[in-house]
Amino acid sequence: MTAEVSKPAPGGGKVHLTHGHLMALLRDMLRVRRFEDRCAELYTQEKIRGFLHLYNGEEAVTVGVCAALEPRDAVVATYREHAQALVRGTSMRAVMAEMFGKASGCSGGRGGSMHLFDREHRLYGGNAIVGGGLPVAVGLALADAMRGRDAVTACFFGDGAAAEGEFHESLNLAALWRLPVLFLCENNLYAMGTALRFSHASPDLAARAHSYGLPAESVDGMDVVAVEAAARRAVTAIRAGAGPYFLECRTYRFRAHSMFDAQLYREKAEVEEWTHRDPLPRLIDWMRTAGHLHDDDLKALEDAVATELEDAVAFAEAAEWEPVETLTRFVTSAEDRP
Amino acid sequence: MSTQTLPPIPQTATTTYRECVREAIRDALARDDRVFLMGEDVGHYGGCYAVTKGLLAEFGPDRIRDTPLSESTFTGAGIGAALNGMRPIVEIMTVNFSLLAMDQIVNGAATLLHMSGGQFTVPLVIRMATGAGRQLAAQHSHSLEGWYAHVPGLRILAPATLTDARGMLWPALEDPDPVLIFEHVMLYNATGPTPDADTVKAVDITHAARRREGTDVALITYGGMLGRTLEAAEALEKDGISAEVIDLRVLRPLDEDTVLSAVRRTRRAVVVDEGWRSGSLSAEISARIMDQAFWDLDAPVARVCSAEVPMPYAKHLEQAALPSVEAIVQAARGTLGKGAP
Repeated sequence: MTAEVSKPAPGGGKVHLTHGHLMALLRDMLRVRRFEDRCAELYTQEKIRGFLHLYNGEEAVTVGVCAALEPRDAVVATYREHAQALVRGTSMRAVMAEMFGKASGCSGGRGGSMHLFDREHRLYGGNAIVGGGLPVAVGLALADAMRGRDAVTACFFGDGAAAEGEFHESLNLAALWRLPVLFLCENNLYAMGTALRFSHASPDLAARAHSYGLPAESVDGMDVVAVEAAARRAVTAIRAGAGPYFLECRTYRFRAHSMFDAQLYREKAEVEEWTHRDPLPRLIDWMRTAGHLHDDDLKALEDAVATELEDAVAFAEAAEWEPVETLTRFVTSAEDRP
Repeated sequence: MSTQTLPPIPQTATTTYRECVREAIRDALARDDRVFLMGEDVGHYGGCYAVTKGLLAEFGPDRIRDTPLSESTFTGAGIGAALNGMRPIVEIMTVNFSLLAMDQIVNGAATLLHMSGGQFTVPLVIRMATGAGRQLAAQHSHSLEGWYAHVPGLRILAPATLTDARGMLWPALEDPDPVLIFEHVMLYNATGPTPDADTVKAVDITHAARRREGTDVALITYGGMLGRTLEAAEALEKDGISAEVIDLRVLRPLDEDTVLSAVRRTRRAVVVDEGWRSGSLSAEISARIMDQAFWDLDAPVARVCSAEVPMPYAKHLEQAALPSVEAIVQAARGTLGKGAP
């Protein structure tokens, strides 16, 4: 990993690179990667329908950030949020069943890939309106602040959201009220198929956050330890009462935007270049070099992930569909109301 | 000259619609420490219609929160706070401005319970002004509550009386789901006796109300049009026509039973709606009457709506665009096969 992250980070952001912790990071990265690959297969088999947005290439962002969060913290995510659910603790079974649209999915089959929710793990969705999650995160943090609860709301969004009005409104309001929000920009350089340079007059997103009075930094989003160290710095500052914090994670999406994307907007060479920075082999190589990973460790990990994944697929296959008779459930809390 | 003076007339305490809304907010803030108010100019300014005057001094800046001009974000923040255990009241200056927050309301507040498979409720109340009559032209005067009444997952209220202005907020805050309250701008100065505690306590947010009994025609309306509709009923009475007046109160979910029972008794219906006619709430009510009470009708359902024009500034044009007492009388007479009086 990068040299600076092995040093104690200022403000308590130190990552303890113990064997156990590194293995936990690797395990989550593998779980997300293998899950996403399997979803792509299941999509071609028409087991999963609708829009499917995969996270390959961006795993280090969620895994690194979540390593810095506590169970009491809240997460708001986008429509590319399988990783947040899996890493925060939603079972792979419940996430896969949701992909299939089954009743035992984490949203009861009513949300699908873009709308994963989990009350127990404080996952407030999968929001498929770009920028729409930011105000909600501000409100979650407002409630925590008003009740004096020590919780951080981690709000994930893409570079595309930084062009939305709600980005500016939310950063301003969170800073004005000094709310405990960690704004996490997953900058993968493309808002669907439009490159950052075609939609932002100034592509320096951290500078934009800084202009609202937020501490802001950019980090290599392909380096899980760098992300975790930065997230720890941010969370420590937020918990100390410094107000919101902005972290831009520079990353890259290896797969298409969704399963309907022919990727006419980017060169193969560019994708190729980024795959050399793939966060997964990067972590594996580093762990090997540092003596933290042996071939049989990796194999055992891969086997465990494969077992978990196949169990989740079998569970989703066998799971029940929500009966059509309950179509209008959960429109209002009073079930008999139209 | 006699030394005897007339005994004092017993005075009933009077109040205004504005004060009733304020009292409802004060009461909610005092009763439940999860309740707080946020919106543009609700604190230091006292509310753009002076509804929240004095509340900042009484409850402090933690619970009376002036927000930046960012309708979408402070509405979304209301959703987040509601998801996380609070009972926020969000004030949006006018329904026209609420369009800047429509994404949060329609894509967020209304969908979260369903999308999450029943895991997350959004106990949020959003109040806003609606309607024309103050010569505020085409970006402050529209009646778009019918748009929100289209959306499953929302409850839509239109308090037309002082009692409802005073009584609807508390049950709205108790509702686990999002509730939008539309306060007509022409009602804020309406005066009347102060509603007593028992009356306020009895206010529900589920039923329509019969505001006047009649036998010949049912006039169905809500919000700012209730006054004109009652005036029209008086005028019809002088003409020998007995008009019933139904105040919908709740625009979603509609209290069909009250509407249909009035129509079945009077066999004629006029819907009075300040919204535009095309794709309107009046169209929905008319269609439901046709669906369920067609064979009870002696005449086609009539509608009186605003002219299909962005609301103009000049007073005579604005008034010409709105449903008038005369137009309501005319429509009611039409259902009885009568021409102009």
